[in-house]
Amino acid sequence: MSLKRKDLLSLAPLSADDIKLILETADSFKEVTGREIKKVPALRGRTVVNLFFEPSTRTRTSFELAAKRLSADVINFSPSSSSVVKGETLLDTARNIEAMQADIIVLRHPSAGAAEALARGVKSSVINAGDGWHEHPTQALLDLYTIRERGLPFEGLRVAIVGDVAHSRVARSNIHALSKLGAEVRVVGPPTMMPWGIDKLGAGVYYNLDEALRGVQVIMMLRLQLERQGRALFPTIREYARLYGLTAERVKLADPGAIVMHPGPINRGVEIAPEVADSLSSVILDQVANGVAVRMGILYLMSGAS
Amino acid sequence: MPGILMTMSAQHDRQQERLVMESGDIARAMTRIAHEILERNKGVKDLALVGIRTGGVHLAHRLVRRIHDIEGVTVPIGELDITLYRDDLALRKEQPVLRKTSVPFDISDKIIVLVDDVLFTGRTIRAAMDGLIDLGRPAEIQLAVLVDRGHRQLPIKATYIGKNIPTSREEQIQVLLEEAGEDDRVVILKA
Repeated sequence: MSLKRKDLLSLAPLSADDIKLILETADSFKEVTGREIKKVPALRGRTVVNLFFEPSTRTRTSFELAAKRLSADVINFSPSSSSVVKGETLLDTARNIEAMQADIIVLRHPSAGAAEALARGVKSSVINAGDGWHEHPTQALLDLYTIRERGLPFEGLRVAIVGDVAHSRVARSNIHALSKLGAEVRVVGPPTMMPWGIDKLGAGVYYNLDEALRGVQVIMMLRLQLERQGRALFPTIREYARLYGLTAERVKLADPGAIVMHPGPINRGVEIAPEVADSLSSVILDQVANGVAVRMGILYLMSGAS
Repeated sequence: MPGILMTMSAQHDRQQERLVMESGDIARAMTRIAHEILERNKGVKDLALVGIRTGGVHLAHRLVRRIHDIEGVTVPIGELDITLYRDDLALRKEQPVLRKTSVPFDISDKIIVLVDDVLFTGRTIRAAMDGLIDLGRPAEIQLAVLVDRGHRQLPIKATYIGKNIPTSREEQIQVLLEEAGEDDRVVILKA
């Protein structure tokens, strides 16, 4: 049993067994991250390049830490301080990085499909760390890991994904992965933020949050991407918060013991009330902690000799 | 690596199989090793066992039970997966499946007896020692194996040996254990 692929670009082509293998592999690394010496020599001599064309603290730091804990060498590369400002194309930048013997390239890019295009052009393994509105596979995998760690079985699990589904790569990756594992996924948000054809991915579409939350075991909040909304998708933030914000009252509509997730960074008081974000049902910081273990697992599985 | 043993029964039907230890032999060897561990370390003070996955873990549990029978004390036991410390990771196309390391006690200043089923090239033990030292600084590391088949590629020697079994490089040794759903026995397979 192994992950037979050069790149991790999307969760759509992965099988349920592939996903389970990644989660089980992450278990081993969770143990490593709990040690006093949080480092193993598995990727000694390998080079991991973080190529981030969008601002990111969590994901980039998480990948960097994951690679370092595997003893790989890490290079962080951001476009503002590089030849990209001189007009170099993505592929040319990547080929130059590859010429320096990079084994794995972790790419975050504002355009959907950028990781796929890059993977076709280079021999190094490519891991998609978010491409436009398309997918963010490692975020979904760490979400799954966190759900599993809470002892919730995927088969028959009811999950509500709440907010700006249309612009969320996290939502898309999670819908693919959760459906494969037998969970029932509900997406809920204002009609302006619901992408056309989302039901074809196997998700139930809701426009009323209270209705969608009834009986779910997992509430997955999405970030309202205030910096990305060029057009007005809702009248006011206050109205959005009233209709789609997760309050302590609304959490009570879900199953007792339901968990609240958020990929971060959170907009307190907009999509999530502060008392919910800080409550016992919130696993937001577990998600961050598990992110390192899950990414170690992915880097390990992708690091086979070429 | 000696830890990787074929267990597919179809595989050994086609091959010649020679029985070298049966269940009584294994039981007596384990009892003797338990006594030797206690004799060498003058009892169970600071003693802990760590089995190397998977065969070594089963044998470590057996040794813990025998030590309990003799001294009336249950010594701490841990399980070590050495995959991340292997020296051939960078050479493999597909990475081996990981199993979890679980050493639920502080190994610092303890006498650690590493337990494995077969000692062959010594590379697994090198990896295990590196893995162990990442968890703390033991006072001493000793090594107990059920079978020593020779052909060392590293300067490594077992402290306790169940049985020395001279083999040729082409042969395979299988340690089959009840815990893995087999009748206890050790066999040599000729390809």
